[in-house]
Amino acid sequence: MSNWAIVLVIGVGSYLTRLSFIGLLGTRAMPLWAQRPLKYVAPAVLAALVLPAVLLSDGQTDISPAGNPRFLAALLAGLVAWRLKNVAGVIVVGMSALWILQALA
Amino acid sequence: MSSRPGLLDGIRAVAPLLIGVAPFGLILGVTAAGSAIGGQLGYATSLVIFAGAAQLATVQLIDAGSAAAVVIATALVINARHLMYSAALAPHFRDFPTGWRFGLPYLLTDQAFAVSISRYDAERSVEYKRWFYLGAAMSLFVTWQITTATGVLLGASVPASWSLDFAIPLVFLALLIPALRGRPAVVAAVVGGVVAVLAHNVSYNLGLMIGAVAGIIAGVVAERIRA
Repeated sequence: MSNWAIVLVIGVGSYLTRLSFIGLLGTRAMPLWAQRPLKYVAPAVLAALVLPAVLLSDGQTDISPAGNPRFLAALLAGLVAWRLKNVAGVIVVGMSALWILQALA
Repeated sequence: MSSRPGLLDGIRAVAPLLIGVAPFGLILGVTAAGSAIGGQLGYATSLVIFAGAAQLATVQLIDAGSAAAVVIATALVINARHLMYSAALAPHFRDFPTGWRFGLPYLLTDQAFAVSISRYDAERSVEYKRWFYLGAAMSLFVTWQITTATGVLLGASVPASWSLDFAIPLVFLALLIPALRGRPAVVAAVVGGVVAVLAHNVSYNLGLMIGAVAGIIAGVVAERIRA
């Protein structure tokens, strides 16, 4: 399957997901059993994206600032995310921290 | 013209959120240009998929050489939250003209949903509701197209030593922290993250999917236990 085809399938699937209940004329409410898991999609998916990216270095778990500066940089950025709720601020702090730690190493 | 107040209110309501969306779009473009997916198809994801987190996961997984089924399944799991938004908006969209009802969902995003649903109350007219949503959703769409395209154009000139790929987990981190509302959500995140780390060696790059599904199940179980 070519990369273009992959993107197209995801696009069609995403549109149908968005249309779903709106397309049903709004006559059907979403059952509770379906609502419950959807609430946890965002925290579960986002954590599954973030943690391996900041915790693993060359396939090994490493939290030492020298071996894997990304972990400490992400920790600082997480603090900013928690206090400021500002995407741009998180990126600026995280990237700056990484550059400083890389320069020190 | 009864369209104007709704449209302008929608644009005004979403404007502050655009400041957070712009760097996200830039980084997506830069990252796509420098990875296996390439600038052209990388930008095309903005038109075809138009969902930041799913687009970034798609770029990453294709770059890692994942199987097509894994890329598709992962992106669709990430976008499953739109089902929830669609269900919440459906009663408001019910009386829109058919063209609007099928066109507006294409523009559905976390931000457009959040500002619209908080503005929709019984007193608003159908006319106002659809123009408000269009104003909010369209502003976001235009911002996203411009910033991802700019990122793609800048991409080639950004040196690897800048480690700009690190901005991807940072964007996700910025979205994760506000999503940690309530203990079940925290449990979902901890389990999702830890399982994804433990499963990172699983073949076909299924680690992300396995972590996500484990986290969702853990969140539901945590809610049950507390209730």
